[in-house]
Amino acid sequence: MTKAMRLGVLLTRACSQTSRSQCNSQQIISRSFSKTIAISSAQNQPRDEVAHEEMTLLGSINNALDLALARDQTAIVFGEDVAFGGVFRCTKGLRDKYGKDRVFNTPLTEQGIVGFGIGAACAGSTAIAEIQFADYILPAFDQIVNEAAKYRYRSGGEYDCGGLTIRAPCGLVGHGGLYHSQSNEAFFSHASGLKIVVPRGPYQAKGLLLSCIRDQNPCLFFEPKALYRHAKDNIPVGYYELPLSKAEVLQTGTDITIIAWGGQVHVAAESINMVREKLGKSCELIDLQTILPWDEETVFRSVNKTGRVVIAHEAPKTSGFGAEIASAIQENCLYHLKAPVKRVAGYDIPVPHVFEKFYGPTKWKILDEVERIFEEY
Amino acid sequence: MAIWLSRSKKIAHLLKPKIAYFPQPKIAPSEFSYKIYENHVNSSSFGTLSGENIRSPHVFLDNSATMSALNRQWRRTESTRAGEQVETVPYSDDNYEDENQALDFPGGRVSFTHEMKFISEAADKRIPCYRVLSDDGYPIAGSRFEQVDKETAVKMYKSMVTLQIMDNIFYEAQRQGRISFYLTSTGEEAINIATAAALTSDDVILPQYREPGILLWRGFTLQEFANQCFGNSADYGKGKQMPIHYGSNKHNFFTISSPIATQLPQAAGVAYSLKMDKKEACVVAFTGDGGTSEGDFHAGLNFAAVMDAPVLFICRNNGWAISTPISEQFRSDGVVVKGQAYGIRSIRVDGNDALAVYNTIRAAREMVIHEQKPVLVEALSYRVGHHSTSDDSTKYRPVDEIEHWKTARNPLARFRKWVHKNGWWTDDEESELRGSIRKQLLNAIQVAEKMEKPVLAEMFSDVYDDLPSNLHEQEKSLRETIKRHRQDYPTDVPV
Repeated sequence: MTKAMRLGVLLTRACSQTSRSQCNSQQIISRSFSKTIAISSAQNQPRDEVAHEEMTLLGSINNALDLALARDQTAIVFGEDVAFGGVFRCTKGLRDKYGKDRVFNTPLTEQGIVGFGIGAACAGSTAIAEIQFADYILPAFDQIVNEAAKYRYRSGGEYDCGGLTIRAPCGLVGHGGLYHSQSNEAFFSHASGLKIVVPRGPYQAKGLLLSCIRDQNPCLFFEPKALYRHAKDNIPVGYYELPLSKAEVLQTGTDITIIAWGGQVHVAAESINMVREKLGKSCELIDLQTILPWDEETVFRSVNKTGRVVIAHEAPKTSGFGAEIASAIQENCLYHLKAPVKRVAGYDIPVPHVFEKFYGPTKWKILDEVERIFEEY
Repeated sequence: MAIWLSRSKKIAHLLKPKIAYFPQPKIAPSEFSYKIYENHVNSSSFGTLSGENIRSPHVFLDNSATMSALNRQWRRTESTRAGEQVETVPYSDDNYEDENQALDFPGGRVSFTHEMKFISEAADKRIPCYRVLSDDGYPIAGSRFEQVDKETAVKMYKSMVTLQIMDNIFYEAQRQGRISFYLTSTGEEAINIATAAALTSDDVILPQYREPGILLWRGFTLQEFANQCFGNSADYGKGKQMPIHYGSNKHNFFTISSPIATQLPQAAGVAYSLKMDKKEACVVAFTGDGGTSEGDFHAGLNFAAVMDAPVLFICRNNGWAISTPISEQFRSDGVVVKGQAYGIRSIRVDGNDALAVYNTIRAAREMVIHEQKPVLVEALSYRVGHHSTSDDSTKYRPVDEIEHWKTARNPLARFRKWVHKNGWWTDDEESELRGSIRKQLLNAIQVAEKMEKPVLAEMFSDVYDDLPSNLHEQEKSLRETIKRHRQDYPTDVPV
């Protein structure tokens, strides 16, 4: 990728869920960036020959599910209210196209949905389950952590549920309160055997979801629901995959590294412009994309260069996935660090309804943290 | 609702509500009156199909159309598939329901009644238990059952004996400290073997953990059992799980996992996949009585019912979940009654009667596959052994009770009497078999014990399909540690 391409990523198509009004032309959400990747990922076809279409994040997920169902006759899509299109409309039209045997409602039981998906995957189906909100995935915690994650290991490879992908909308949405706002990726990050992915936009969502569906390990795919309708990319209509366990450097920089995923990428993208303008410092922005197994190499390379790090995530700070990243950084990059690794995260409280604007990391909180780092160290 | 409240036309007139338990309260006409009426399900009985019972109205109060169908099936011809001839009419109750006034409710019309009636929480009579063989090994007069041929019967008996001896010897091996853990199926040999015999090898088993007899029947060798228990390099599980967590893809036997009831919703998924592939096979998922209290039991049965998934759920109700008796597990009449609430046909069978289990599973399998819907079987038995080698059950249950089930209700003894009476088995054959199995097992244990453990790399394999970089690093780090502190690590694992 050329430097010009990297610098060309600044384009507003989607906004952070908390600050649509704050979006401006300097925000990094990379339609053009996406396109660049699209071309390089889609069998290196010349840009003009790949059909593109503007899609929202939910549209791109619908498109990905459509392609998965079309190319894999064993694929099934199921979950609560999935048949009529889902409460977020991600599965709209799929039942009519692929039939009620392949796209169907399930009883209201998350442990049942995941257990069913594990069984179907073990028997050779490509099982794509939807949990209506990440907040409600916890009844299935045992099925995910004790069963799905350990299936291959405990059988010595006699059985595995690698064909299972579990989708769930996650994250702050502005008015979701305690039970429609959670980002619980960290809970599952303790269960080796799983892959956990959080996309930041339509282009990534489609490519990463298709990778998860084809990947031969059980995958959790958390979709930042605040971006479902707000994020838009002009993306290839055909099939493409993006690599799992690969972070993406969205902006190269020299003074400090900011690591984020999902909706927080947009917040962090806003903050790096402010850092440059207000502090005259150059930020490197990394979208982690895959939480488990995560791309240590890209992160360490960046930190070894900048020596300073801020990790931003919506989930509560204590034992959030930022803690794991911070720990790994100090273990591996100590002599390059010029300051302690800092985290800007949700507070250690449930997500409060009327106080939600106070709860999550914002560009101002990130800016303040960056400023403190440069002041104190 | 209409489906599971449907009845044979022949019996519709017998379905009058029973006003039971409480006498009519003497109250002023202006006051509310209420009655508790019996749950028709629980008041049912299918008896032993003897002429005597056929005269009794109770025999017709079957808890499902299935048994009526089955009864007729056996009367007509044994070769006819079960469930084909079910004549059903909608449930109706002339006395209390106003057919002209009905609620068009999603899922079907619900008629109104002026009576405030609560469905009883219990029946006045427990669901009886289907059995074929009496305690002395004779078919009970009037029982209808499919004759088992000599070859099958002898194989069943030999397998039950083998399972019993395997349990004894592995149990002793654990006591000698040669393996870390063991769990016997003692007392439940008939459920194990007769179920296996009634299935085909294409049927997929999702076991709990007290069903090794299925594997044995399907040809998993004593050496393979021993390899798993010793966790050696020939163990299919590569030494990753505790003893008795067998699994074998080629035997269609999912690897056992310790968590309880998690396999039940998975069974619905496996079965759905079989259904999509139009396979002539079903899934057989086991649980114990304790497992029915788990949320996954509910999720699994409801899911299978709603998805019309071909799952044969078998609950081995052996009376005890470690130290918890069934009286502290549920208030219902066991497990069989739970089926109807999910819209699942169910039957209770004497789990210590191999012929009854065999017949029940054969019939249930036919229904599951040809009607593409789940069936629930509750097999009553008794866990004669301790829960596992980590348990001493004499601390919480009377020794007399254990002894009674070990002797008077012994499933092997009963089946042996029948096989013996048929002239298919002699005392000489018995002692020869026992000696031979014992010898094979001792040899298998020796071989398994001597075989080296899986290589260290297996410790990190199979977490993912490919080794990710973090695991690669951790493996490397462990190898360096081992180099520095070799004396701290077992020597029988090739590094």
